[in-house]
Amino acid sequence: MSAATVTRSTRASRIAMVLGLLGLVVLAAAPWWAGRADLRLMGEIYLYLSLACLWNLMAGYAGLVSVGQQAYVGFGGYMLFALTVFAGLNPVVAILVGALLAAAISIPIATLIFRLKGAYFAIGTWVVAEVFRLSFAQIQALGGGSGSSLPVAVVKELGAKKAAREATSYWLALGAAVIVLFAVYFFLRSRRGLALTAIRDSEVAASGLGIDIWRTKLEVYVVTSAFTAIIGGLIFLQKLRISPDAAFSVNDWTAFVIFIVVIGGIGTLEGPIIGTLLFFALREVLADYGTIYLMVLGLVAIVVMLKAPKGVWGLIRDRYDLELFPLSYRVRQKD
Amino acid sequence: MIEWTGVIVQGVLLGGLYALFAAGLSLIFGVMRLVNIAHGDLIILAAYMGLTTTVMLGVHPFLALLIVMPVMAGLGYVLQRGILNQTLGDDILPPLLVTFGLSVIIQNALLETYTADPRKLDGGGIEVASIDMGGLAIGVLPLMTFLIAVAVIAGLQFIFYRTALGRGFRAVSDNQDIAQLMGLNKAHVFGLAMALALAVVAIAGILLGMRTSFDPAIGGGRLIFGFEAVIIGGLGNLWGTLAGGVILGVAQTIGAKIDPGFQILAGHIAFLIVLAVRPNGLLPRVEH
Repeated sequence: MSAATVTRSTRASRIAMVLGLLGLVVLAAAPWWAGRADLRLMGEIYLYLSLACLWNLMAGYAGLVSVGQQAYVGFGGYMLFALTVFAGLNPVVAILVGALLAAAISIPIATLIFRLKGAYFAIGTWVVAEVFRLSFAQIQALGGGSGSSLPVAVVKELGAKKAAREATSYWLALGAAVIVLFAVYFFLRSRRGLALTAIRDSEVAASGLGIDIWRTKLEVYVVTSAFTAIIGGLIFLQKLRISPDAAFSVNDWTAFVIFIVVIGGIGTLEGPIIGTLLFFALREVLADYGTIYLMVLGLVAIVVMLKAPKGVWGLIRDRYDLELFPLSYRVRQKD
Repeated sequence: MIEWTGVIVQGVLLGGLYALFAAGLSLIFGVMRLVNIAHGDLIILAAYMGLTTTVMLGVHPFLALLIVMPVMAGLGYVLQRGILNQTLGDDILPPLLVTFGLSVIIQNALLETYTADPRKLDGGGIEVASIDMGGLAIGVLPLMTFLIAVAVIAGLQFIFYRTALGRGFRAVSDNQDIAQLMGLNKAHVFGLAMALALAVVAIAGILLGMRTSFDPAIGGGRLIFGFEAVIIGGLGNLWGTLAGGVILGVAQTIGAKIDPGFQILAGHIAFLIVLAVRPNGLLPRVEH
């Protein structure tokens, strides 16, 4: 008989961590080696990656399948505009304050829509997003239905020169993605993450073990809302212009994000990363075809859901028993 | 006073259209616990089918229903058996995601075929006709829409509780496995339920197309109205769905009367109030 030990990290996960950190250094230096268009594209990739990770935390772990996350993307964007223009805050401070406000507003919303179960919860979140869109369209000070642009004076606070501004905006996006990724990772490794994973696997069993399901889900919803608002703020800091239709677009901020997560592999941390890369690869290849591209995307998502519901990463993991983010426990025999 | 009566009456009649949006949604949720995100886009698809039929054959939209209804019903059956049946199970994500994908595909296919220009079905003057009731002008088309909604819901109620098909629906709804053991082919029953739902969608689409202009992007909004009517009325109750549609319609016309930009928002707020006060809807189905 030999003693068994329980480990979390594996050789692959340690290698992945080293490579990931090296890659991060290279990406952080991008303003010195990448062109303007590439910098912009990479910034967009980081923001989509963050949205995908957050949606994955909600749907893949907490079982909260929302199709209304555009509510918080748009809210974060509008708070950036409102707080910089009317309260004179620095853009970064405005985005952080916007996140706190999003967290505050998400609590009463959650108590209301948590009454809806399953798919009806999903559509309920969409109604909330529509309420946000129509309400912001009524605020004439923010441009009403046609929207408004970020004043030049506010934009200049990010950097006097255009190149400096673009670099700042890029680093903010990269920083946000890294923070979101690590926050989700450490959350899942914590005691609460364990509770969340238990809920994902069986709500009945989890509640039998004394986990407060409603409260755990509420915490995830509130934290996700705050982070989503930050990403929303950064998205519209890149765009410099906001309108209700762009800010609360269900296709841009929810449908694409869901497709990314499902194609990559829901309920894993690696899935959203792979999904985001595949999504942007597909977009760059089919960019000239417009509507056809969206139809292909919808079709790919349907096929993946039917034929490989665990997504691309699920296929790889089943084949090679690979895990880049050490979340699960492994039992090893010692000889 | 008469002004506000008019607003309420308009709202009630508008509620008929929303009940038609909701009836199909309610039906398939009742039979197979499926929530179809593409429901609104299918309504718009039916409206475009009506457009093509009326333009090509030169017939009235009501006559076009003779073609659009069977085509949509057939599409529903094929869709259910070909794709949606594979997504049913305990996990709510597959049906949600697959119908989300369908929604994106339908929207963009319509955009590719018909462009983004708003279109309208030509009802031959019926849209502007009205009848006078004690000083109150009531539109003929809204009135017909409401009466059709009542007839459709009565018809669905009849099918559900008085026919062999409806017995099948109720059997698979209660317990799929036992229904299967009793000799029902649940895949086929689900296909028929979706066919019936999309036949109702065809009616809703044609009536919508005559009432207002439509474009490929408005499906999501119609899904939300239907969904709100279902929840306000109470899940699994068809007459409740009609009541839910009426409440939503009245809330919207009152909102529009206060401020035109407030119409849709007022409907959503009414929905959220009902959700806060009566989370099971106003007329929930009695649990046995």
